[in-house]
Amino acid sequence: MDWIQQLVNGISLGSIYALIALGYTMVYGIIKLINFAHGEVFMIGAFVGFYAIAGWGLGFFPALIIAMAVCAGMGMLIERVAYRRLRGSTRIAALITAIGISLFIQYLFIYFRGAQPEAYPEVISNQTFNIFGAQISSQSLMILGTSIVLMIVLQFIVHKTKIGKAMRAVSHDMDAARLMGINVNTTISATFAIGSSLAGAAGVFFGVYYTKIEPLMGVIPGVKAFVAAVLGGIGIIPGAMVGGLVLGVVETVVSGLGYSLWRDAAAFVILILILLFKPSGIFGKNAREKV
Amino acid sequence: MNTKKIKGFWLFVILSIIVYFAVQMAANIGMVNNYHVNTLVYICINIILAVSLHLVIGITGQFSIGHAGFLAVGAYISAIVTMKLSLPFPIALIIGGIVAALTGLIVGIPSLRLRGDYLAIATLGFAEIIRIIFLNIDAVGGAAGMQVTKMTTWTSAFICLFITVLVIVNFTNSRHGRACISIRENEIAADAMGINTTYYKVAAFAIGSFFAGIAGGLYAHNFYIIQPVQFGFLKSFDILIFVVLGGLGSLSGAVISAILLTIVSTFLQSYPETRMIIYSAVLIIVMLYRPQGLLGTKEITDLFKRKSVKGGS
Amino acid sequence: MEKRPLLKVNQAGISFGGLKAVSGFDLEIHQGELVGLIGPNGAGKTTSFNLLTGVYVPTEGDIFLEGVRLNGLPPYQVTRKGISRTFQNIRLFNDLSVLDNVKVANHSRAKHSMLSSILRLPSHFNGEKEMEDKSIELLRIFQLEHVKDELAKNLPYGQQRRLEIARALAAGPKLLLLDEPAAGMNPQETHDLMELIRFIREKFDLTILLIEHDMNLVMGICERIYVLDHGQLIAEGLPEEIRSNPKVIEAYLGEEVSSDA
Repeated sequence: MDWIQQLVNGISLGSIYALIALGYTMVYGIIKLINFAHGEVFMIGAFVGFYAIAGWGLGFFPALIIAMAVCAGMGMLIERVAYRRLRGSTRIAALITAIGISLFIQYLFIYFRGAQPEAYPEVISNQTFNIFGAQISSQSLMILGTSIVLMIVLQFIVHKTKIGKAMRAVSHDMDAARLMGINVNTTISATFAIGSSLAGAAGVFFGVYYTKIEPLMGVIPGVKAFVAAVLGGIGIIPGAMVGGLVLGVVETVVSGLGYSLWRDAAAFVILILILLFKPSGIFGKNAREKV
Repeated sequence: MNTKKIKGFWLFVILSIIVYFAVQMAANIGMVNNYHVNTLVYICINIILAVSLHLVIGITGQFSIGHAGFLAVGAYISAIVTMKLSLPFPIALIIGGIVAALTGLIVGIPSLRLRGDYLAIATLGFAEIIRIIFLNIDAVGGAAGMQVTKMTTWTSAFICLFITVLVIVNFTNSRHGRACISIRENEIAADAMGINTTYYKVAAFAIGSFFAGIAGGLYAHNFYIIQPVQFGFLKSFDILIFVVLGGLGSLSGAVISAILLTIVSTFLQSYPETRMIIYSAVLIIVMLYRPQGLLGTKEITDLFKRKSVKGGS
Repeated sequence: MEKRPLLKVNQAGISFGGLKAVSGFDLEIHQGELVGLIGPNGAGKTTSFNLLTGVYVPTEGDIFLEGVRLNGLPPYQVTRKGISRTFQNIRLFNDLSVLDNVKVANHSRAKHSMLSSILRLPSHFNGEKEMEDKSIELLRIFQLEHVKDELAKNLPYGQQRRLEIARALAAGPKLLLLDEPAAGMNPQETHDLMELIRFIREKFDLTILLIEHDMNLVMGICERIYVLDHGQLIAEGLPEEIRSNPKVIEAYLGEEVSSDA
């Protein structure tokens, strides 16, 4: 029953991707920007969680909440300082700025802290359960459970609250939303805050699950989460969740088959195939430039 | 109009010859040491990369952020040709360029249907795949890399640079170059005016990849060793910043920023983090306050022209 | 034997996601005609232009130019077959000079190869010279020669509209499609434009199909008029027939009545 274990590992990894992908997809949905710095928010989340647990001796959930709060603030700060000025500029200028912000945070962090990795403390007791013959760790279950809760909370926010309605309105038509009296700046800030807090949570999960964190850890998961967002249909929230899970499972399967060096390539192959054959993603609708 | 361009062409040729011999003589009489010559070679390589990406991004408007992938192809293929097949260096350079151009076709034909940030992400993905492929080929040393004899000289680097600039300038100043620019300006209108947009996008991409491959050959034979890690996203970013900083659409802008940034980064060689902080901060500031880059779509010669016109009237 | 029409559209249509934007579109234009296509906002006029020029592939029906079927050809090939157009919202190459805008449209009529340009062979210089001469000649006809080195984006609106027509002509069309050429023009400019359209039609032996909102312009220069409403042709005929056609009046009722402009 090895494949069940693989599947659970894949879903755990996938739920981390999904949480990061949600931030990408929400931001893209609202301001059409690939927020490259999102991977760095994830990294900062992992470190905040680390310092909260190892430094202040907090438990998993308090550390998680602190990491999410710090990341929410960081996301809003990035938006306020860099992206807000870019709203009228070309997509390319926005993309380059986002890449710039991403590298700036990485290397500023290394400059002040150093590049050495940290070992995440074991904050959740590591038991393994035997389910249908597969070894499943308590950590996997905890990550999975918390991710599901966060996603349900997100769905609630987006569909049932006032700010959620404002977010959907702004992403549909920013000018019309403004005319209807929605405060667009606040709404975009809130989107960054929510997306970034999810990335922060993903950072803590990543630390707990893989135990090693370092300042450049955000790059690869960041890009892969973007792939997950594109896979599910960028701008579509359930798409990001499904895309993340699919990507996690595919990667685990590729590693499981003994091609672990090709694991990273799998994500990019998926990306390219989806861009070429259905750029709008699994759940997306096709849009065309108006002539 | 045409006579001006012809004048500019000969000016460029004469200037190149002067620069080449000046450096050559300075090296012969010991005015510049090996370290300086090596920096100059590095500048040549970076200009080739900048100008080749300029053709894709600045002229044709196709936003590729995976140029290091073609650099890697040129580097590895040319290294295989000299080290494993023992063929002469110039042949290795050409083969490296051709294989990089073919890779450019393979990457470009499917992905150039995409636009804007989707294209950017696809090229990034392709570049990573190329890197991972080299990482997984044991014959080229995998992650440990491949030993390469140093063969790149000031002369070989300068000749390659000269040819690259010449070809790309000549291409740009023809109906073919105008077709590419029209795609950058308005793809729908270009199509409606009878321009085969796919053909020209792919052609620009393949030519750009060819010269990136040439640069790869020079790069590989300048460093004693090549490793997949040298050709990651950061390398693509380094090349991108030359083009963006200089001004999207300005060849001289790309050349100038390649020269300046290469000099800056040799000074900051021992402080890689500082270098990246400066690079990224500069890029952010330029994008926020002068998104068209330093020169915009203008060339440095245009600036002189305007001044001389004003002075004359 | 009856003369074959230059353009024949047979029951063409397109639907987007089940929604029929244009359907059952029939059109027949003979060599040398000047035909108008009118209709209220959202009637499908620009969509039908997009069908004719290959921007959209028709989901039903056929389009023939001189008997050659155009369905499914990409826009650049349609242009090379002899249909070129202007755009409702001007689409010039903004950062290119006026001259270069026209040269781009000349592109497919020049022969010199990429290699000849890279190697600076004589054929490159001859080809470029010829393109330049032709383009300047065209600019002269459109009274734009004096601004040939200006960037297109720096031209005043009226000149941009004229440049777009000049550029479309540079592609060497048999059939010229003009999409609201008088949009945003004052009466004097519109009048000059009418003169220009008449003039180029004579000069280049052109056939012209134009979409227009300005009734004065349409009624003033078009020999025949087609009327679209809700993606369907509702009338076809001479200007005076159209003016008194009850269906047309009904379609325009409630719409802005531009004929009093």
